[in-house]
Amino acid sequence: MKRMRFLLPLGIFIVLVGFLAVGLRLNPREVPSPLIDKPAPPFSLVRLDEPTQTLKVEDMRGKVWLLNVWASWCVACMQEHPVLLEFSKNKSVPLYGLNYKDQRDDALAWLAKHGNPYDLSIVDPDGRVGIDYGVYGVPETFLIDKQGVIRYKYIGPITREALNNTILPLIQRLQS
Amino acid sequence: MSRLYAFVVACLLSLAACAAHAAQSVDADGDPAVEQRLRNLANELRCLVCQNQSLADSHADLAIDLRNEVREQIKAGKSDAQIRVWLTERYGDFVLYRPPLKATTVLLWVGPAILLAAALIALVVTLRRRRLRIEPSELSETERARAEALLGSRSDPSHS
Repeated sequence: MKRMRFLLPLGIFIVLVGFLAVGLRLNPREVPSPLIDKPAPPFSLVRLDEPTQTLKVEDMRGKVWLLNVWASWCVACMQEHPVLLEFSKNKSVPLYGLNYKDQRDDALAWLAKHGNPYDLSIVDPDGRVGIDYGVYGVPETFLIDKQGVIRYKYIGPITREALNNTILPLIQRLQS
Repeated sequence: MSRLYAFVVACLLSLAACAAHAAQSVDADGDPAVEQRLRNLANELRCLVCQNQSLADSHADLAIDLRNEVREQIKAGKSDAQIRVWLTERYGDFVLYRPPLKATTVLLWVGPAILLAAALIALVVTLRRRRLRIEPSELSETERARAEALLGSRSDPSHS
């Protein structure tokens, strides 16, 4: 009993340290999306390059594809841009851009200057579609499967590790 | 290291976004009843950009967009519950400052009560045990005489 008395606070302390250690590793900015494994919310949006034409989610049925939310005013987008350019060169799956709350001219100039990794960009000028997709920061990236179901969401600038270790293997699995 | 750096920069940027004064949370010209409902609702919703601010307090762009969206839904005659569902379908329970009671949140809701109960039980047990240990013992005759001798021989400091 005497020994227990000495060990109990130590045990509680160790448990507390364990919780804190795990808590420190979690990123509070990564809010888990409720949209995972749910159908991608429908949209019908104008193309950035061809404002006369629209793209719908249904148009992408039968394809595994990535939807990357970006904007010319977004600083973090510059960080992931080289990764996206590299990804688009490999031509594994289509990469579509959702140009979020941006000016058309600014967006086109940004792509011309830094290179265009997107097969196509669509325009969400007032962020309505962004809200439907639960976007709360740019960049965010969604992986959507052949049935039009969101299978994965990456929050923040995509790193090479995230692409190679998580996204590409997932794409491979979804395609087979 | 670079990840940490990026994280710090992101934090600072989002702080700047929170601090930047942009819009009033309430539209002064709007219908007061709608604005009051919006305020009540927004006070219970979390801004996803500035996570420690409510949707009512935040000046982040997204918070403004969401407030406008909520305002429109109120005007369209949606109930508070419907609006909350609409938001949680997009952003998850995270937007609610009062998360619903579910299997995954049971510990969150009943945890404090369990801790309090455990602490009270521990307190009662400890007090009982201590009372048992301290035996109220009568002084023996010689002990009493000795105590009186000791106390009586001491001058009272308050009178000297």
